[in-house]
Amino acid sequence: MFQSAPVNGSFEELAMPLFGRLYNLAYWLARDRASAEDLVQETYMKALRGFASFQPGTNFRAWIYRILRNTFLTSQAGLNVSLSFDDADETPPEPAELHTPESILLVRAEQDLVRRALEMLPVPAREIILLCDFEEMSYSEISQALGIPMGTVMSRLSRARKAMRNLLAAQLEGTKP
Amino acid sequence: MTCPTNQLDAFVDGELSPAALAAVEAHLQTCPACSAHALAQMQLKNSVRAAADAYQPSPEFRARIAAQVATKQRRPLHFWLSPALALVAAVVLVAISVPLIARHYAHERALSELLDLHVSTLASANPVDVVSTDRHTVKPWFQGKLPFTFNLPDLTYSPYTLLGGKLIFFNHAPEAQLLFSFRQHRISVFVLKSATSSRDGVQTEDGFTTESWTAGGLHCIVVSDASAADVHALADLMRSAQAK
Ligand SMILES: [Zn+2]
Ligand SMILES: [Zn+2]
Repeated sequence: MFQSAPVNGSFEELAMPLFGRLYNLAYWLARDRASAEDLVQETYMKALRGFASFQPGTNFRAWIYRILRNTFLTSQAGLNVSLSFDDADETPPEPAELHTPESILLVRAEQDLVRRALEMLPVPAREIILLCDFEEMSYSEISQALGIPMGTVMSRLSRARKAMRNLLAAQLEGTKP
Repeated sequence: MTCPTNQLDAFVDGELSPAALAAVEAHLQTCPACSAHALAQMQLKNSVRAAADAYQPSPEFRARIAAQVATKQRRPLHFWLSPALALVAAVVLVAISVPLIARHYAHERALSELLDLHVSTLASANPVDVVSTDRHTVKPWFQGKLPFTFNLPDLTYSPYTLLGGKLIFFNHAPEAQLLFSFRQHRISVFVLKSATSSRDGVQTEDGFTTESWTAGGLHCIVVSDASAADVHALADLMRSAQAK
């Protein structure tokens, strides 16, 4: 049983525990149930077919997530998505403005406020925040999953969080962002 | 020191090197503005973590994909089905005593069963019976349910988080399973009183590492897809907690 050689049968064991989380991410990308199901189904079938090319010992989750988002980007829903989010340059993130006590109250906002802000974010911003804060991927895993350099991970994350804070602030003030 | 504002994201995300971490922590002691920033960032991260868990697949959809995956990809052959291993077993059977082999197989079965328990815990919508990051809540929860007690380590300054515990039945006896998180990984620690045939040591299968040891009449087995080093570090924390 505990052989060191890679075995064929582990796709199910690696992939099925991620099912719920991948579905959740798919929904956050595609924004409706039918599209999320299509996306997850296609991802699993593609990953299964491509599993032979998966390097054992590398990060399975980053690998299958990358399949999921590439599938999304080529899907009907994904074609309408703008991929530009200000990270054409790979300059290090500019120092964010420092926070005042009011902004601490801001981030204690209700869950549906946070959810609405996430929905309003551009897809690349929403995606990177979910991978970092919800999936708890490391910067290096995010870099693998999105196929972008580490420097871009950091600058995109910094910009995404700034956009998130602005959306939350705008919602709290009841004004349009 | 000037304010390390462009490092506060990396600080909150646990991405700083030990040296940079020490410098930022020292700065936070003296700078209310950066402390407020880091705190706000941490709270935003926590809010996102809670709010993002919004959508669950229907059981029908999950079953459909699971069936498709299962029919296209069978589980690996177990050792008693593998022709090569069967041949080895046959040769060994003649050469060495039967009890030794029986013990070896029982050992593999025990680890395999624990690995299955770990995987099914991860797949479950309610992975633990007692949901708490506080060891002072989780330990007493097992009292009266188990014929033994055990200690849980203080994880405050470690990268591991306790997620909770669950009562399992192993060899028909009530035993404990503890669930921890480490980054995106989940780690199970099984604390067993029943005489398992599980041998002490480290093993790897299908990307999962197990580390087992026996102390004070209890068998502990740590199971995870985290690296062997990260499994080992949690095993060490568990070992020193038991030694107290
Ligand atoms: Zn400062
Ligand atoms: Zn900030």
